[in-house]
Amino acid sequence: MADNQEITAGLAEIIEEVAGVAKDEVTSDKSFVDDLDIDSLSMVEIAVQAEDKFGVKIPDDELANLKTVSDAVNYVQANSK
Amino acid sequence: MSSSDVVVTGLGATTPLGGDVESTWEGLLSGRSGVSALETDWVERFDLPVKIASQLAVDPAEVLSRVEARRLDRSEQVALIAARQAWQDASFGDDGVEPERLGVVIGTGIGGATTLLHQDDLLENHGLRKVSPLTVPMLMPNGPAAHVGLEFTARAGVHAPVSACASGAEGLAWAWRMLRAGEADVVLAGGAEACIAAITMAGFAQSRTMSTRNDDPEHASRPWDIERDGFVLGEGAGVVVLEREEYAKARGARVYARLAGAGTNADAHHITAPDPEGTWQAKAMEAALRNGGIAASDVQHVNAHATSTQVGDVTETVAVRKAVGDQPVLTAPKSMLGHLLGAAGAVESIATILSIHHGLVPPTTNLKELDPGVSLDVVTGEPRKMDLDVAINDSFGFGGHNVALAFTSA
Repeated sequence: MADNQEITAGLAEIIEEVAGVAKDEVTSDKSFVDDLDIDSLSMVEIAVQAEDKFGVKIPDDELANLKTVSDAVNYVQANSK
Repeated sequence: MSSSDVVVTGLGATTPLGGDVESTWEGLLSGRSGVSALETDWVERFDLPVKIASQLAVDPAEVLSRVEARRLDRSEQVALIAARQAWQDASFGDDGVEPERLGVVIGTGIGGATTLLHQDDLLENHGLRKVSPLTVPMLMPNGPAAHVGLEFTARAGVHAPVSACASGAEGLAWAWRMLRAGEADVVLAGGAEACIAAITMAGFAQSRTMSTRNDDPEHASRPWDIERDGFVLGEGAGVVVLEREEYAKARGARVYARLAGAGTNADAHHITAPDPEGTWQAKAMEAALRNGGIAASDVQHVNAHATSTQVGDVTETVAVRKAVGDQPVLTAPKSMLGHLLGAAGAVESIATILSIHHGLVPPTTNLKELDPGVSLDVVTGEPRKMDLDVAINDSFGFGGHNVALAFTSA
């Protein structure tokens, strides 16, 4: 299983691809909406790509709870096989 | 002139002749063709009878950021590029325009139809998860206008006329009405189209409206020539900044020309063929002149819709003679641009505006032998030098939509 650092780096790659946010901006305390200016449409794209990359399922009701980068990293860590 | 006169203060375009207004205008004056062979696998795969098109000179992906490009349908990409150019050209400075006084009217023929097709392929082949959440905002025909409105924070109204090949001209006509009605001080107006795809090429080919001069692309679009055999599908966008004259004067704006009047109506005759008498095309021109307080005999130039089809080209000249007389000098920019559908009226309005501004009418290319049904003076060869005070731009669309715009010198 990937460690937190690897998941964060993988997530940063996806976010750069989808939303054009520089990878080094994607740090654990950042809010997707307030800090990284990612809208709900882009969040859906990011979730789909994260599912493929990390082998997790991110249902819509879980996605709504992922407010910060660390929320997402912790979710992937806990749910990937 | 009254205080509600409408002036043109900014121009932007990306076309098969160039990635901006300057290169497009240079292309029109030099008689360059934007038409070339389509290098794509589907032309052969479907054995399409038409293998040529008028494709953008500059790929939007070279101009936009990567993320912008992936979030926008190509029709939205070209609209945004043209609008940014027009905005910069109008030199609004740091304060910009008050959002409640800024409008956008950008028409399109079919908007993001290619996004619809691509996303449907993804759904069919890979399932729901692969369908982009941006599918709807990318395919909606108001997308080009909406993205431009977002970019410049326009809140006076953002509209998207959809009237086939008259959409771009109708963008200017609608904007003119908003400004005359005092609903806005400034409107970004124009048209955008980018739908060169297997299905559009197949559909137009099946309706037998496109040129099949595949072995000679540069000479395929030949309005008014006796050997014309249909239009050439093109893509691009044109956007102009229109302002209330008082507003433009107060900020010391450079004025290219006036949009004195606009006339719009419909044939109610046939879904694709124009009324052969040209009655309603003529009435659109008459309305534009009447709205602008212009005498028909003062019209010196008509930038024609002339698409290179057998029926349409001659009908328009009949309408011009009926509405304006036999004195105007004609040109057909589609001989070089191809047919930009919903962008055509906007890009060709820019050509008309620049003809007035520079005193030069670009030639009609590929006109070897004039159709005997045309008894008007058509510019061929070198650009014609003229002191232009009054010119009309015509645009007509499938569905019987007629739009005429009357421009006058500043």
